[in-house]
Amino acid sequence: MSSRNAILAAVKRNQPAALPLPEKEYTSARKGDIEKFSATLEGIGGKAYMLKEGEDVLAVISTIFPEARRVVSVDESMEIHYLKEHLTIVHHSLQDVDVAIINAQFGVAENGAIWVTEDDLKIRVLPFICEHLVAILDVNTIVPTMHEAYNRIGSAEYGFGVFIAGPSKTADIEQSLVLGAHGPKSMTVLIKSL
Amino acid sequence: MSQAAGKDHAALAEKFNKDEERVNWHDRTLWWIRQKRDKAAWSLGEEWEPLREEASKIKAHTLSNLSEYLTEFEKNAQANGITVHWAADAKEHNQIVNSILTEHKIQQIVKSKSMLTEECHLNEYLKHQGIDVIDTDLGERIVQLADETPSHIVLPCIHWKKEEIGELFHRHLGSPEGVIDPAFLTNTARVHLREKFLTRRIAITGVNFAIAETGEFVVCTNEGNADMGAHLADVHIACMGIEKLIPKRKHLGVFLRLLARSATGQPITTYSSHFKKPKEGKQLHIILVDNGRSTQLGREDFRNSLKCIRCGACFNTCPVYRRSGGHSYHNAIAGPIGSILAPNLDMRQNKDLPFASTLCGSCSNVCPVKINIHEQLYQWRQVLTEEGHQPAAKTVAMRAMATTLSNPGLFKVAGKAGRWAMKLMPFMVSNQFNPWFKEREMPEPPKESFTEWYQKNRKKK
Repeated sequence: MSSRNAILAAVKRNQPAALPLPEKEYTSARKGDIEKFSATLEGIGGKAYMLKEGEDVLAVISTIFPEARRVVSVDESMEIHYLKEHLTIVHHSLQDVDVAIINAQFGVAENGAIWVTEDDLKIRVLPFICEHLVAILDVNTIVPTMHEAYNRIGSAEYGFGVFIAGPSKTADIEQSLVLGAHGPKSMTVLIKSL
Repeated sequence: MSQAAGKDHAALAEKFNKDEERVNWHDRTLWWIRQKRDKAAWSLGEEWEPLREEASKIKAHTLSNLSEYLTEFEKNAQANGITVHWAADAKEHNQIVNSILTEHKIQQIVKSKSMLTEECHLNEYLKHQGIDVIDTDLGERIVQLADETPSHIVLPCIHWKKEEIGELFHRHLGSPEGVIDPAFLTNTARVHLREKFLTRRIAITGVNFAIAETGEFVVCTNEGNADMGAHLADVHIACMGIEKLIPKRKHLGVFLRLLARSATGQPITTYSSHFKKPKEGKQLHIILVDNGRSTQLGREDFRNSLKCIRCGACFNTCPVYRRSGGHSYHNAIAGPIGSILAPNLDMRQNKDLPFASTLCGSCSNVCPVKINIHEQLYQWRQVLTEEGHQPAAKTVAMRAMATTLSNPGLFKVAGKAGRWAMKLMPFMVSNQFNPWFKEREMPEPPKESFTEWYQKNRKKK
């Protein structure tokens, strides 16, 4: 018998009589609180920036990162930063990216996370390999908790999806928090309110 | 690694206890993390307890339908383009990993944290096959450079001081001598490991949750090392115990709310990565490992231990773990939950672990999936004693105690002798042969027994 069948047989033999699945529905249409989102994000080492009416995203980014040499995005509207060759580029070559700009599908107020999938990223490693990460988020998409987050995701198709909550971090050395373990040293969420 | 083979928890804890200052520091650090966990849990107010209850019930349901969910997961994962492997035990798991490496002619790999691969001693096995494995979680890399194993499932090098890490990095990674600044040392590791991420073609990761409904799996890290490894490699191998399954994607909402809050007091880990399909032109493998889990599933009293989501909260709160250190458990998973899992793997080798507890119940109180940890530790003691795995000295002492307690005459004489000995010859009991005396003062012996006192005082009335 293959290991597969042996394992399945042993599990079936040893599993107890069926127990019910709690079918709690989280269908609340509550809106997430922007204050809560921003405060939580700041609390985990991220930065929240409210875009003012008519404020130019690219100008804000260049103000925050005046010394950035390589700024990339897979979104055509990001003009000079648009990575035209994103479908063919060797992903390893992104290792010198100073700032990556991504579009978030929505945010979660309780933990300051944003959700993105491969469709948004095009390049899976992009939000991890850059020195600094900028995510653009529509204020109307913020949900209160992870339950509403998964309601929103539903049965969406993706190859890869990720909640990103703040910069890459570690506290492995005597519990001292250090930002920028392997991934971005900072994460800025630019929040659009219109 | 078998650094602790043949030793028992008490002996290894005694070694750890030699450096009192370090023990106090270890204790304080872990208690601080426990307090952060409390704050995070309380921040959810009245939502927290129902959330634990729900998580516990979802896991109970999953375990009671595990064979069906495993089949469903396999079918959906394969439809997603993932190659699914099954391993009955650690040996088969390691061989599967090795066969994938051989097929791709790969001798250097990166690995993000996976306690399952620790349980299977994968690093040691691959080393013998001539494979160079680089652990990429900072804490794991530190213990790997020191030729040790993690002492905590979430905080692998919680027993290391920054001075020692500075010295270790100076020797292995060329950082300047005497530099102990955590930010500097972390950056040293970042530069060192980035080169590995950019050059390794196969990456191994663990799995936090696998979803039967969608055939996807989720990996949680703060550092981003799992993603750096997996996305830059041509082949991603994910290793998981069969108990990591949950039925539906929406259940992640419950578990991701609990995991990081219980582990480190964070509202969520920085990255919660959902791997559903291999990226175009690349390979994604998943290895489903039993290694004793189906046996534990059949042990009614210990079945609930399979609900564990590996947050480490029971470690941080445990008065024994905090003062004995992770390596005293001589098992990949230390702490209270490890002490329930270990005897299932090897009853003889791990017979001491269920006794490494005060049974205070703090572990059960913090467990996000409500595992009755301290009750199971107590139950293991019964099983081990029945199966003859009790330490010899304890067996003799217990037998003498049983005889004395069941014989009123003997009880009276023994009590008198004991009081007399403690009064006139305290060294008879307060010596190195009496383990109870360690770190304790013997109490003042009473002048008389309760029976004597009762007869004297009650008869007067």
